[in-house]
Amino acid sequence: MDLAFFGVQLLNGLQYGLLLFLIASGLTLIFGIMGIINLAHGAMYMIGAYLVWDLTMRLGNFWLAIVIAIPIAVALGLVIERLFLDTLYKRDHLYQVLLTFGLILVINEAQRIIWGGDVHSVAIPAPFDASLQLTDNLQYSVYRLFVMGVCLALAGVIYWVIRHTRLGIIIRAGAVNRDMVEGLGINVRTLFTLIFSVGVALTAFAGMIAAPLTSITPGMGDSILITCFVVVVIGGIGSIKGAFWGAILIGMAETFGSVLIPSIASMVIYLIMAAVLLVKPRGLFA
Amino acid sequence: MLHRYPKRVAIIMLVLLATVATFPLWGPAVFGSQSDFMLEKLTLMVILALFAMSLDLLVGIVGLVSLGHALFFGLGAYTLALASPEFDAASMWWMLPLVMLVAAVAALVVGLLVIRTKGIFFIMTTLAFGQMLYYLISTAPFAGGTDGVFIMFRPTLTAGETMLLDLDNPQSFFYFCLAMLVVGFLFLRWLTRSYFGQVLDGIHDNEHRMQALGYATNGYKLVAFVIAGVLAAIAGMLAAMQYGFANPAQLGWHTSGEVLMMLILGGMGTIFGPILGAFAYEILLYTYEHLTVHWPILMGLTIIAAVLVLPRGIAGVITDPPWRRKATSAEEEETPDDRRPRRGPLPRARRVKP
Repeated sequence: MDLAFFGVQLLNGLQYGLLLFLIASGLTLIFGIMGIINLAHGAMYMIGAYLVWDLTMRLGNFWLAIVIAIPIAVALGLVIERLFLDTLYKRDHLYQVLLTFGLILVINEAQRIIWGGDVHSVAIPAPFDASLQLTDNLQYSVYRLFVMGVCLALAGVIYWVIRHTRLGIIIRAGAVNRDMVEGLGINVRTLFTLIFSVGVALTAFAGMIAAPLTSITPGMGDSILITCFVVVVIGGIGSIKGAFWGAILIGMAETFGSVLIPSIASMVIYLIMAAVLLVKPRGLFA
Repeated sequence: MLHRYPKRVAIIMLVLLATVATFPLWGPAVFGSQSDFMLEKLTLMVILALFAMSLDLLVGIVGLVSLGHALFFGLGAYTLALASPEFDAASMWWMLPLVMLVAAVAALVVGLLVIRTKGIFFIMTTLAFGQMLYYLISTAPFAGGTDGVFIMFRPTLTAGETMLLDLDNPQSFFYFCLAMLVVGFLFLRWLTRSYFGQVLDGIHDNEHRMQALGYATNGYKLVAFVIAGVLAAIAGMLAAMQYGFANPAQLGWHTSGEVLMMLILGGMGTIFGPILGAFAYEILLYTYEHLTVHWPILMGLTIIAAVLVLPRGIAGVITDPPWRRKATSAEEEETPDDRRPRRGPLPRARRVKP
């Protein structure tokens, strides 16, 4: 493996990791603040990808499709939170797991009814449909660099909001002691709705910008969900910082795993998780 | 956990057992030519009931919510498939102990890692371990990849040269599974009422207090995890015999979610509830599949409805019928599933209304 190839894999791993971070950050926020395990998180990633594919087909413009798809995703999160999750906050995790499991079945099947079971793809949009010539036979897609930039920018925004705004203070306090935040007169009800919608929007957005890079298939949400669970467990549940470093670690591990040791590549991330749990049962940044 | 069942539970269970056990007598009259097919369905329900019951030991009795229980179910199926000689039938006398041993070892290894975690971490780590085996099996060349492995010959049950029970015969296999379910039920009933079961119940209510009393709670939880895994593997082995193949889907987390659903639908912590849940789930599934190709949407909505309105499952309706319940306070209405004594001296703060 020469240096340029290694570099490309490094970039790929970074790009995949950053994408995972967008999804995992929503997952970990929703759990950290609301105490809800959202199994339907992966399904929302899939919905994001399908929405953008459908809208690009109709409108002929990828960027316009994203602009329209984001409010739809936020609205979907709002409806789910208000309709279903509202009654579950005081119940055991078990019921949340089951309810969101039921939601997966409904969302996956709704997707089949609306969009069918075919595999789709979205063309890489202009002006990023070029690639950089690294060496004679190695190229790197500009769109991937763009995705990386967007993910990093969003990670920066999330970091800024959590560290330096009043909302961030409430979120951090809520992750430590929800009852106390309630006791101090914060409207937790509104906060929950906001967090859930933002979390869902983040994962749906990840699906949207990932759409030109992956094939859009009915089961795409399920596999990414499990990977993100691993990310969140490794990083420490509820920790955004943990989600970030966990996502980078898993992104690298999966990318290099599939290049270097393809026979057990799909297991590598679980082995890492087991190792982390042995040393730190509550995750690296908890 | 219920230490003593109300009398009507015993009556319902005995009636159900009698109805199911006599199916070969009344089945042909009711279902006609469909009877053989229905017997297969019924056998599957009995097997899934055993599977759901094994999970109840973890979720309902100890309070450990596992989202990776299909790991052991699938492991049982694959152990049978891979250990069976290719052109010959295996003997049940070594196959059953082998399946139990493999599951026990796997449960011990996984358990040692996951028992240290609690609550949501337990859910996520069991899920991850289940998926780990799923990917291992579905990519392993010896296990047939995503196609799975076919089982050409069911194991035989013989004593010397004479066949005790012809497991190839659907009817005798049905009775074999039913016997396994009854034995499993009696075993779990005995276990939960034993000293060991009392400790598990104590851990469910307040683990810190049990530790303070000097119990090595992790050891108790680990043993419960292993027992639940072994029972699930037996169910998985029976399922593989019934289907005639072992498939990665049997290991996947959707299977874990489904069995959890059977448990909730039936009523957890009751041992008999999951049996009702497995039957109810399969009957619903069968009905929906006949109604529409988009049956998952109906199933999903049923799951959501069950979680929202029937948190204690069918068993809750039987042991504590709504029409017999006294007027309950608003506090109890909010958490009807919480029958355990409150942990702290004060109820939790209510959410501030906007």
